[in-house]
Amino acid sequence: MTFKKYLVLAGIAVFGAAGDSLLDRGMKNFGIVSLHHLSRLVVALLNPSVIVGILLLLAFFACYMSSLSWADLTYVLPATSLGYVLVAFVARFAFHEHISPTRWLGIALIAAGVGFVSAGPSMTPARQARHSLDARPNAVSPEVES
Amino acid sequence: MKDLQAWAAIGIVALAATTGDVLLSHAMKQVGDVAELCKRRGVLPVLGRVLQTPTFALGVMAMAAAFFSLLFGLSNGNLSLVVPASASLSFVGNAIAARIFLHERVGRRRWMAALLVAGGVLLMAL
Repeated sequence: MTFKKYLVLAGIAVFGAAGDSLLDRGMKNFGIVSLHHLSRLVVALLNPSVIVGILLLLAFFACYMSSLSWADLTYVLPATSLGYVLVAFVARFAFHEHISPTRWLGIALIAAGVGFVSAGPSMTPARQARHSLDARPNAVSPEVES
Repeated sequence: MKDLQAWAAIGIVALAATTGDVLLSHAMKQVGDVAELCKRRGVLPVLGRVLQTPTFALGVMAMAAAFFSLLFGLSNGNLSLVVPASASLSFVGNAIAARIFLHERVGRRRWMAALLVAGGVLLMAL
């Protein structure tokens, strides 16, 4: 794992969390869209928060696809779940929302899960052997799952 | 009845999201390390190759199905139950599916990570 790859994983967590939050904020500002007036959703696309939210989610998707090209799915998903923690921290420190003890416990469990998976290899041997139509043996991590 | 609908939606969302993740992961493994490929061939050819991979299109469709099932679940069920329960189930579902379909070695470390994150996500919504 190179520093650049850790940055891509961080990008998944940050862009995903920020994109979701901005879409959420934008749609709440915009108001309720009823099933009978779905065309209003097109107008919602002009909302600045919604526009930036969609751009961030596109960046999230690009990082996610990139990471899946060099890491196992069972590595990427837990490793990037820090986004949930990030949203809670932003809520606590930027918006001064109250975080209950149960939520702090949830944050601790997620952080522990991220620690567990990130201490191991990003790609397991079974996957390495089958890896890529464009196979180059040096392109993947030589680490072995413990 | 309302509970049954909410749990049905949770099951469908988790199943569709897991299917999408597995298909997308399969597609990207077929393409290869995109960072390396982009360096050698440029971004556009690599992008074209990703879009031409059949499992990529299927994965995106499964993700869209998960999204619309979630919307359906939210309109019939409880927001604070449907979102975390389906996200939590997806982490466990992905570990099982990745082992079976992607032949990933899901060792004790990864099982622990998937279960801890699934539990954490559920707790954060309480």
